Amino acid sequence: MILQPAALALQLIALLVSLMGIFAGYYGIKILGHWDPASGSEGQLELERRTYLVSTIMSYILSFELMSLFLFIYTADDLHSLFTGAMCAAGTLAVNSFGYPTLILKILNFLLAGVWLIVNHADNRGYDYPLIRVKYRLLNLVVPLLLLESGLLFAYFAGLKPDIITSCCGSLFSHESGSFSGDLASLPHLAMQIAFFSGMAITLASGLFFYLRGRTGYLFSIAVTVTFLIAIASILSFISLYFYELPTHHCPFCLLQKEYGYIGYLLYATLFGGAVTGIGVGVLMPFRKVGSLSSIVPAIQRRLTLVAFVCYLMFTLVTIWKMIFSGLKLVP
Amino acid sequence: MKRAVERHLNILEFTLASLLRRKVKNLSLLTMYLLVIFMLASLVFFVTALKREAAMILNDAPDMVVQRLVAGRQDLVPAEYAAEITRIRGVTAVRPRLWGYYYDALNGANYTVMASDDPNTTSDKAAIGAGVAKVRNLAVGDLLPLISYDKAPLMLEIGTIFPSASDLIAADMIVISPRDFHQLFNFPSGQATDLAVSVRNAKELPTVAAKIAVQFPDSRPILKSEILRTYQSVFDWRGGMALLILASSLLSFIIFAWDKATGLSAEERKEIGILKSIGWETSDVLLLKFWEGIVISLTAFLLGVVLAYGHVFFLSAPLFAQVLKGWSVIYPNFKLVPVVNAYQLAVLFFLTVVPYTTATIIPCWRAATIDPDAAMRY
Repeated sequence: MILQPAALALQLIALLVSLMGIFAGYYGIKILGHWDPASGSEGQLELERRTYLVSTIMSYILSFELMSLFLFIYTADDLHSLFTGAMCAAGTLAVNSFGYPTLILKILNFLLAGVWLIVNHADNRGYDYPLIRVKYRLLNLVVPLLLLESGLLFAYFAGLKPDIITSCCGSLFSHESGSFSGDLASLPHLAMQIAFFSGMAITLASGLFFYLRGRTGYLFSIAVTVTFLIAIASILSFISLYFYELPTHHCPFCLLQKEYGYIGYLLYATLFGGAVTGIGVGVLMPFRKVGSLSSIVPAIQRRLTLVAFVCYLMFTLVTIWKMIFSGLKLVP
Repeated sequence: MKRAVERHLNILEFTLASLLRRKVKNLSLLTMYLLVIFMLASLVFFVTALKREAAMILNDAPDMVVQRLVAGRQDLVPAEYAAEITRIRGVTAVRPRLWGYYYDALNGANYTVMASDDPNTTSDKAAIGAGVAKVRNLAVGDLLPLISYDKAPLMLEIGTIFPSASDLIAADMIVISPRDFHQLFNFPSGQATDLAVSVRNAKELPTVAAKIAVQFPDSRPILKSEILRTYQSVFDWRGGMALLILASSLLSFIIFAWDKATGLSAEERKEIGILKSIGWETSDVLLLKFWEGIVISLTAFLLGVVLAYGHVFFLSAPLFAQVLKGWSVIYPNFKLVPVVNAYQLAVLFFLTVVPYTTATIIPCWRAATIDPDAAMRY
């Protein structure tokens, strides 16, 4: 158990997000069960009002999730000095088996909450709440994940025991306890470079095509998702190396540090921003023909595509820029 | 795009005007909010500054200290240990240290007495910290009488007084020659209090420490990094404890904020009713409430943080100092070096603004969804 202010803040947020999630989920189930737009009853009016509450709560959850994602990484980084052998967040997260699952779930929940808000936005534009069932089914998927994330976060912080001096042995202690090195498995950089640039090329081309012609939206959305995963693997495999100018340091977290001009925030913001909007395009695809949305969804999708396109393009440009001007050359 | 921005700006303008219209209610909320942020921010600033101070002091500490334990208690280290340890590969120097505590019955203070490493130190001379000089009212050239362990007086002439800039390390320090040290404490020769070990490559420290521990099973090697880590977690722990105590005030503030947000005055109710009847939608009113929260939160946050900065770095945190610093007869006087970074501010934001915002979601939604006719009839 660690009583560090930031750890307490993160646990507080997790608690609040869970409570809000349970609350929103409860009304989600109620709305799913009793929704009847044809009825003018008191109950239906009340449910319609509740939808405002649920979407307000979800937008707060999304922003809290995003902020706490970075706070979590930063805190993990800050705590590394408490553990033998941990050099940065990568080591601290590996101290017990809950660190990385929490991080992955945080990212996943951020993406899901973002997609939910996109669907919600489209739904609010249609006068007859056409997506209400889709929306609240999705909500029932998000809420358990939020709860799971909070549980993992509590377990993670509860399991952190700093390696401090004990009266019997001092340094022997740190010798026996082993060390949590920050080594992350990474894929060969040449293969990853090929995968990364072809993924980005396909995504950008299909995005442009979809923006201009309004077709192959699914392809674009799938390309965005796959490229998102490839890009994360690429950061581990080669992008980080160019920033650190060190062929052995694969850490995805040190990029967020001052030493590298906080470039990580730009990289991750563009990557996550592009992923949320790009996945949103695909999720909206089935509703292009739905009654009141037929004129609204294509316009929303075009805008989302533009955002995703710009985000991914920026990510690629920053990467290329660093590959050219970095002091490190991986390919002779 | 431009329209959306204008919409926000217009609503923000309306929000400011409506907040000013209810000055008293909003001022009381703002004051409470500000106080909570002030307390938490002072705490976070203070703990961070202390952590930094501790880390800076340890900068000059030896990389490794080797103690010897007898029956679980620290004991003197024989000189042969030093010679043996020097032979371990990677060790560049082993320096036996002589130090101890001297209790001064005159004022109840404990001095840290150290033997100087400098071979040129002459006997009967002492260098003392500013704290010692103050409690004993001494100046350079005065005599400091100490009573040795065999009850013989030892007269030391004050050679230097350490500048008060080094107070945090040296306030209670008396540095004397090894000969005087042996005489003062009746200290056995050929022994040292502990050994300071230097290792050329810092990465080898744990390996060297492990070798020492194997070679001398009664020794206790302690690395600088371990001391640093222990300090960090002690300060974190103290800060966290104080934070948990303050959590009750945070909680009461949240209840207060909830109450304020729920208890809409008749006038506010009417206002929302009129807004809705002239065409504002529920989402517009929600936006209005959102901006209201932002304005109050940011004002309270900025003011609270600025006040806390003054409290900690100009006034040395009189409200927390006793709890977090600990105490002693000779307590070093020190001004904390200001450290404020985005990380602390983010933590503060999460500890205060986020709970406040969460507490006001439901009341705001309730206010925004009142029917116009019901609101005006109220």
